[in-house]
Amino acid sequence: MNNYKKVLLVAAGVLGLLGQAVAADKLKVGTEGAYPPFNLVDARGNVGGFDVEIAEALCAKMQAECEVVTSDWDGIIPALNARKFDFIAASMSITDERKQAVAFTDPYYTNKLQFIAPKSAAFKTDESSLKGKVIGAQRATIAGTWLEDHLGDVVEVKLYDTQENAYLDLAAGRVDGVLADKLVNWEWLKSEPGKDFEFKGEPVYDNDRIGIALRKDDAELRGKLNEALKAIVADGTYQRINDKYFPFSIY
Amino acid sequence: MNWELMIKWTPRLLEGAWLTLELVGIAVLAGLLLAIPLGLARSSRHAWVRALPYGYIFFFRGTPLLVQLFLVYYGMAQFEAIRQSALWPVLRDPYWCAVITMTLHTAAYIAEILRGAIQAIPPGEIEAARALGMSRWQTLLHIVMPRAARIALPAYSNEVILMLKASALASTITLLELTGMSRTIIARTYQPVEIFLMAGVFYLVASYLLVRLFRLLEQRLRVELCQGR
Repeated sequence: MNNYKKVLLVAAGVLGLLGQAVAADKLKVGTEGAYPPFNLVDARGNVGGFDVEIAEALCAKMQAECEVVTSDWDGIIPALNARKFDFIAASMSITDERKQAVAFTDPYYTNKLQFIAPKSAAFKTDESSLKGKVIGAQRATIAGTWLEDHLGDVVEVKLYDTQENAYLDLAAGRVDGVLADKLVNWEWLKSEPGKDFEFKGEPVYDNDRIGIALRKDDAELRGKLNEALKAIVADGTYQRINDKYFPFSIY
Repeated sequence: MNWELMIKWTPRLLEGAWLTLELVGIAVLAGLLLAIPLGLARSSRHAWVRALPYGYIFFFRGTPLLVQLFLVYYGMAQFEAIRQSALWPVLRDPYWCAVITMTLHTAAYIAEILRGAIQAIPPGEIEAARALGMSRWQTLLHIVMPRAARIALPAYSNEVILMLKASALASTITLLELTGMSRTIIARTYQPVEIFLMAGVFYLVASYLLVRLFRLLEQRLRVELCQGR
């Protein structure tokens, strides 16, 4: 057998394998893995957290095989649209801006935006008191957008790749305060580096609905996910996962 | 292709491009100044003079710039002692953290380029200078340095262009240079293709200008004519 026939055979074999891989009905779930307690990567490299457990429960309800992959937060929507994964379970707020790019399921929890700052600091959250302050937020989050839209001329906004880096700079004193999801702040305030910090003022935005994002043309998957979400709320699976992370309901 | 969007965000991208040029400009010039003594010491005949620059170059060439940036920006800020020190006003600022780290990083590479250039000078030229009665310092100033500068220039221009691209890492420590600005704009518009394409064009233009600048410099210093052995 001459060489090029061998090459052709190998190529045909490889194509066959690829075909199989595509045929297998495996859903890929995208998450960030740097947003405790909602999604995180533990010391052993396993992805976990509230979002991930919800996604796994939904997959189980849909009887689909799922694989969780992580992606940088600010590239997660482009990655979804580039078909790197099939849906995003990463505490993504449902916003009109995002709806231009992706579709959302029904919300699976509700959050608020609230400032945190050092306990020792007199930190008031009205516009005149905030004047000249440096406020940190994660890039491409509603907190970052809210700051730019509402206080863009008043405070200096510093945007971070991950929420964890924003907290590092708050602890180092490079920023006067951080604006982020209340529940994520709540988790950090419980931790050792967060012990000298506290919530300041009332939540500035309290209608933050969190949904699972998927491609706009995936109406079928959206329907299935919504059904599965109703089912896990009804059968108590949701409550069980909720209780593992929070002593109050966040639905 | 969404032209309207691209035109709308051009001023912000230009702002970012300017910061990129500023960071790279300061880093490669300060890096060069730092690299001259390092490169000279690195090519010394004495092992004890070579040791320090060797260690410096080994560290800064052997670790990624991103890790160095994180060590300086997030790492040093962990220590109460540094936060209380006189250095904190400088280290608090991401701009200076980026400038300092990029300078130290590029200085290691430039020093190594200079060492190569100094060692590439034909020994006969140095012997000739000494035979004419030049002192060691005169030889260094009038023969070694001008020769080494011409030999090193093409490699130095290469390093400058590498730093232009490496400066994108400064976006990870909250600086809104060209890449950071692009990512921030994308976070609002969700149009990565258009914005990154524009950022790419700005980088290309910047590196083209740098290439032309170094070409002029090479002509002025008559680098090609001086390369004969």
